[in-house]
Formats: sequence, C-alpha cells, structure tokens
Amino acid sequence: MSQSPKRPPPPAHVVQEARRRFLRSLLLGGAAVGAAMAGWLPMARGAAARLRPPGAIDETDFLAACIKCGQCVQVCPVEAIVLGDIGEGFGIGVPHLDGRAQACDFSCDAVQCILACPTGALTHELSKKEEVRMGLARLDKPDACLARQGLGFKGQARGTDFPGLHRYEKVDRWNPIRIADHPYDLDLCDLCVRECPIDGAIALVPLSTDAADKRRTPEIRQSCVGCGMCEMICPVEPAAIVIDARAQWRPA
Amino acid sequence: MSLIHSLAIMLGREPAKPRPEDYSPEAKALHQAKRACKMTPEQREEINRQTHEAHKVHTWRNRRWLTLLVVNLLFVASYRFDVQLIEGALTASRVIGFHFADLNSALQVTLAFKTILINLVIGTTTVLILWWLLGGRSFCSWVCPYHLLAEWAEALHLKLAAKKLVKDHQLHRRTRVVLYVIFALSALASGYTVFETISPTGILSRAMIYGPSWALTIVVFLLVLEVFYSRRLWCRYMCPIGITYAVVGAVSPVRVAYLPQDCHHEGECRKVCLVPHVLDVTKKGFATRMHSGIGADCTRCGLCVDVCPTGSLKFEVKGLDKLL
Repeated sequence: MSQSPKRPPPPAHVVQEARRRFLRSLLLGGAAVGAAMAGWLPMARGAAARLRPPGAIDETDFLAACIKCGQCVQVCPVEAIVLGDIGEGFGIGVPHLDGRAQACDFSCDAVQCILACPTGALTHELSKKEEVRMGLARLDKPDACLARQGLGFKGQARGTDFPGLHRYEKVDRWNPIRIADHPYDLDLCDLCVRECPIDGAIALVPLSTDAADKRRTPEIRQSCVGCGMCEMICPVEPAAIVIDARAQWRPA
Repeated sequence: MSLIHSLAIMLGREPAKPRPEDYSPEAKALHQAKRACKMTPEQREEINRQTHEAHKVHTWRNRRWLTLLVVNLLFVASYRFDVQLIEGALTASRVIGFHFADLNSALQVTLAFKTILINLVIGTTTVLILWWLLGGRSFCSWVCPYHLLAEWAEALHLKLAAKKLVKDHQLHRRTRVVLYVIFALSALASGYTVFETISPTGILSRAMIYGPSWALTIVVFLLVLEVFYSRRLWCRYMCPIGITYAVVGAVSPVRVAYLPQDCHHEGECRKVCLVPHVLDVTKKGFATRMHSGIGADCTRCGLCVDVCPTGSLKFEVKGLDKLL
C-alpha cells in the first residue's frame, strides 16, 4: 500500500485535483454539518412551548427520545397531532397539537398515541386521560368571554366551515363528528365546561352573590390536563380561553 | 477479500492492486491465460461494443424500483387507507404489529436520549436481522426513497455530462466517515437528534406519508447539487445511514459475487456503480480468487449484474450452493 521511494512523485494536476477534492469535501461536508446544526437556532430563540401530545416527557428529553416516525399521528381518531416542519429545527418530525384547530378530546379513550409511541417519548407510565398533563387552560381574554357577559350562544360554535372534530357521546359513542354538524342553543354559554373531557377540570362560577345576575366565569381547576378542548370550542374569535403548553399547576 | 480490508475500503481507503502472494494458483493461471490471448485494442473494443449492444437488460433495476415503490407505498397506504400493514415512517414503524426501527435513527435517539429503550432494542434487532440477511446497504437501493430520486438525478447528470454541460466534482470518500462521527458526537453532546434535521430519507418518508413539508427544500437542494455539481453527492460521500448499513452488509449472506473466468474487464460495471471501489476486483489482473463476494459498501442494486454481458457478476446467497 505505501508508496515505494522509487516511484516518481505524482504529476502536478493529480496533486492539484487531490487538493481541490479535499477542499470540496471540507466545504460541502461542513455545509451539511452546518445545515444540521442550524436546527439549534429555533431552540435558542426560545419560541413559545408547543402543545405536545399526551404523555410527552420533559421537552428536552422529548426532542431527544422522539424518533420522528409519526405513529402517534396515525392512531389519533380526531387527527389532532401534526409533525413539526423544518422551521422547528431539531424538532423536525416531532409531534405537536394546535388546540384551537383541533384539540385532543380523548375520543380514543385509551390514549392511543402513548400506546403507539415506539420510544417512550410519550411515556407509557400513563394509562388514563386524567393522568395526562399537557399544559393548563387559562382565561386569556376575560372581557371576551360570553359567560362573563351573561350571554348565551346559538349556532355552530366555530362556524359552518370549521373542520374540527369532537366526539359527542350522546350523538355517537364511537365516532367523532364535525363540530360544525352539532349546533348549540344555550341561554348561557358554557361550551368550555360542557365539552371538557375531564370531570371537574373546569366549572362556571357566579361573578356576584346576586342570584338574578346571570354572569358566570370559567374557573380552571387542578385536574385540567391541557388538552385544548375548551380553546377549540370557544365561540369567540380569538378564543377567550387558551392553553399554556407545558404549564404546571401552582396553588394560588 | 478479507472482512477488515472490505471495511477499510468502505471507510474510505483507496483500493489497490493485490500483492503477488495474494493470488490463488487458479486465479494466477487465469490472468496468465488472459494475458497470453493477444488482441488489438480495436478488436477488443469492437467485441465489447457488440456484446453490450446485444445485452440491454434492466431486470434487477426494474425489480428493485418496483420493490422500493411498493414498500414506500405500503407506508402511505397503511395510513391513508387504514390498511395498517406498515404503520409509521422509515425512521420507526410497526410491520403487522412488530416493532421496526431504522438502525441509524435508533442510534441517534439512543445517543441523544442516553437511555436504552426496550422497544427500540426490539425494533433494531428485527431490522438488524432483516438487513443482515438481505445485504445491509440493500436498504439504500431497495427501500430508501431518496436513492430513487438520486438515481433519476444521476441519469440527468450523466446526460448533461455527456454533452459537456456539467462535470462531476468528486469528494473524498472519507467525508462521510467524518460526518458519521460528527453526527454521532453531536447527538451525544447536544441531546438532540442533529442528523434527523437534514436526513433526506426521513424527510421524504414523512412527506410521502403525512403530506408535503418545507423540509423537502433540503431534498430538492441536494438533488440540484447532484445534477449540476457532483454525481450522487449525498449517497456516495455523506449519508451516515449508508455506513450503518454497510457495516451490517459486510457479513451478509446475500451478495454480488464476481467470477473473473469469462470477464472481458471492459469496466462497464464500474461506470454504472454507485460505489465503484467495490468493483476494483473486476479490473484486469485484480481478482485473487475465481469466485469472491464484492465489498461491504455494495448496495446490492444489481446495476452491474444487469450491465454485465458475460454473467461474471451475479447475485448469490453465500453458502446456499453448498447447502443444496
């Protein structure tokens, strides 16, 4: 293998091509590494936390453990889960939800996404929806809330074109239907409470002691799992109630 | 060829002519007989032209393209039409319920997460056995969707190169070894699966299954580079997935074998090959045995088997002939 001393040195054009080849390798190899490393930029920018599917472990670990296969996407009956695009950097191919567009309403009953996850990025330690902690609901725009104004609601919660799905147990125990196909007629808007899939996670409480005062305010309780159902169903635009992804309950 | 030698060439060492003592007596005799048969270069050229003219087959290429499309469409159909045969994407999936995990993706996750995940161990074991049996880098040419696009980009590159409109700019093959180490170390150090950010295999697989993404711009950019600047840039010099599967393939029973007996050494096989260094053995006087498997880096794509008019390159299952 080693060059014998008798052999003449390689001609100049061979040496030059070898040098160019080395530089090309350095440049293009460096570009590939650089492009991959650029995935760190969205992390460093500290964008608002994404709402992750049920069972997602601590965010840093979640990005490491997720193998970016989308099996959670495939099993979700309401197709709430979407995968991150290149703009998410290292979070490319990692699942998240946009609660306002399509919340997780636990239509699957058994947290299917967790069962589908091959790496435990969605921790298998959870088995019930009540144990999930995706974030917490928060009344973001109290003045916009219909209940706080004592107002009712009539019609489709999000308009006739809204594609979002929800399983109404009284309509069809097994299949989610379009929210647009389920109009309401309410004297006092209680959609966030009415459609919340978790018992006791949210309640309407009177704003005053006056019995004739119809006004109520939604109060979020400790059992809130942050699934986004209230945010999706809220009929005002933008939603009066939102989810703070990854938020933890703190006693007031 | 020894396993160490085969791996060394896969990892970037340039193949060299074997030493005189490496040849078996039969191979030595064959090379002598071939040297004794004198023909003018023009005569040889003419014979080669005629044999290749008469031998235009794409059997293995067609089988492979069909397999590649079927596998990837099974992923798509499993989700879109709820067939549920192969759920997930190429990075990790369930095949009729059984865990499968891409070896390279599983490695990235394990290095980043620093935890041994039982499902990944199961998934990688299944995949390891599968690709050990089927030839390691055969994943690249028979399954990877980027490989197919790159083949079409390569065809375009060769057309343009024939018209002298573009020129192939080669990189050092060691580049992908360096990239492999960098990507592994950066996953370990950063706790992120750094390589997945640009992996065209993952990006394409997900885009086919879950719908187009902006990440496809990376794939397009790579293809443009391959058409206009450097032939098969990604698969040849960069992709770490290729190295992972090449290591598995080094000891695979399914392989392409070279039999120098009838070979004209015209070198058409090396011209169509993604990894021509594995076909160095087909050069005149280079074969040390009358029958040997070609190197670890071979993707078992079968292009050389198709192009060879003398049957000197063929697919075989190691030891099967002894067994039967």
